Amino acid sequence: MLYRIGYLTGRTLEHIGSIFWLFLNTLEEIADNIRRGRLPFRWSMLFAQTDRTGVGSIPLVLMVSFFLGLTMALLTGYQLEKFGTERLVPTLISIAFTRELGPLLTGIVLAARIGAAYTAELGTMQVSEEVEAIEAMGIGPLRFLVAPRLVAIASLMPCLSVLSVVAALVGSGLISWVALNLVPDAYFDAVVTSLIVSDIVIGLFKAMFFGLLIGLIACYQGLTVSGGAEGVGKATTDSVVISITTVIGFDTLFNVMVTRITG
Amino acid sequence: MSETPLVHLENIVLRFGEKTVLDGIDLKVFSGDRLVILGQSGGGKSTMLRLILGILKPTMGVVRYRHLQVQKLSRSKLNLLRSRVGMVYQYSALISSMTVRENLALPVEELVRKPRKEIDALIRENLEIVGMSGTEEKVPSELSGGMRKRVSLARALMMQPELILFDEPTAGLDPVISSVIDELIISLTKKTNTTSVIVTHEMESAFRVATRMAMLYQGKIIEDASPDRFRLSANPVVHQFVTGTTKGPITETPLNADSSK
Repeated sequence: MLYRIGYLTGRTLEHIGSIFWLFLNTLEEIADNIRRGRLPFRWSMLFAQTDRTGVGSIPLVLMVSFFLGLTMALLTGYQLEKFGTERLVPTLISIAFTRELGPLLTGIVLAARIGAAYTAELGTMQVSEEVEAIEAMGIGPLRFLVAPRLVAIASLMPCLSVLSVVAALVGSGLISWVALNLVPDAYFDAVVTSLIVSDIVIGLFKAMFFGLLIGLIACYQGLTVSGGAEGVGKATTDSVVISITTVIGFDTLFNVMVTRITG
Repeated sequence: MSETPLVHLENIVLRFGEKTVLDGIDLKVFSGDRLVILGQSGGGKSTMLRLILGILKPTMGVVRYRHLQVQKLSRSKLNLLRSRVGMVYQYSALISSMTVRENLALPVEELVRKPRKEIDALIRENLEIVGMSGTEEKVPSELSGGMRKRVSLARALMMQPELILFDEPTAGLDPVISSVIDELIISLTKKTNTTSVIVTHEMESAFRVATRMAMLYQGKIIEDASPDRFRLSANPVVHQFVTGTTKGPITETPLNADSSK
């Protein structure tokens, strides 16, 4: 048992080190290319990735956030109604989503939707020696394949997180009006009053960090695939599980740290 | 034959964990050579190509490319060296999401500055050399195995390399297409004065293409000779490999070197 725990801890630390190495090497390859007076990566690849990471994820993020906001408002509203404090619903939803649930929910959606796609694509390229062929041509595969994906997901996570917050507020506003008799004007005023700049900034920063984490984990899993089609399938599942677990873990750690710092 | 080798694998030992894949290899590749490396499947032949490209680093020994020590090169210098070496993979390794044109343009667009017109002309020229004109807009999945291999060769030619590495160029192809690929390798290396290292275990193809042959067995080069001398080798392993008989020293399945990458 102790041996198993030790082995798993060792493997986990090894993976963390390798992911960090992947990030540093990607930055190094980008720097090398910039030093040669060239663009860090192809704009066309970045646009293709941003299109599917961002635009392609909007419907799912909106839908999930809308219904979660709606459900949360309904459940908390019924409880708060007993004490006559249902007017706190907009405050609760806006703070919860801006600082916490917006980035977290978007992270989970993107880990499942985009992280899995990154791993499967790079994994298939790895198995068919395409990644090695790129390396053998003298083109840095990390800047060529990994960098556009990382930039796309890290830059679009905050945008999607904002949309998630808006969708949740719309959902909760709607249910507050219908079920809790909170008129839209009052709801909107309560939301605006309760929003704090620091919450928004923290939420956006978290979203960007989660995006980077998901991208790194997904690309790492893809580039280390071995064992053909079965290996790609396993890596894709691992990528989603590890990304979601890591995002939730970091979110908790982040909350503890921020609460300690801000008191 | 030039005195200074283009590539020199000097006392190379390569281990993956407990497995010793290459055990003290010493092999020189000279300019103009068409060196065929023979050996059992999974015996470490392709691994030698990866050592030349600096994709793998030896556990011991030195890989030299002219006067350069490959494993000591910085990332940018290694990439510069790789751009002078073409590699044709066993399964072509064309980028599946790109068209033939995009695949061929890739190294030129990424590594040098050339106007679009020049790149297009180079693509047309190289596709013509390999007999694949008119396939620019096709994606790899629309091509047969032999066609993909030819496109892969055209891609390797795009940077006008001085050395081309072929990993099992005729594996999985029918005899006619195999001959076509072999002829292509011969005509191309003569026409462009390119050196080539060809890894294979197909004897017919090897004798057709080679100007020199080396046999890798149990991690060691056990024979290095001209095709005529190679065919008449007194070494029982080489003799068994050339004749393809079941009786002889080759009985075991070698370690699968490539799976240990």
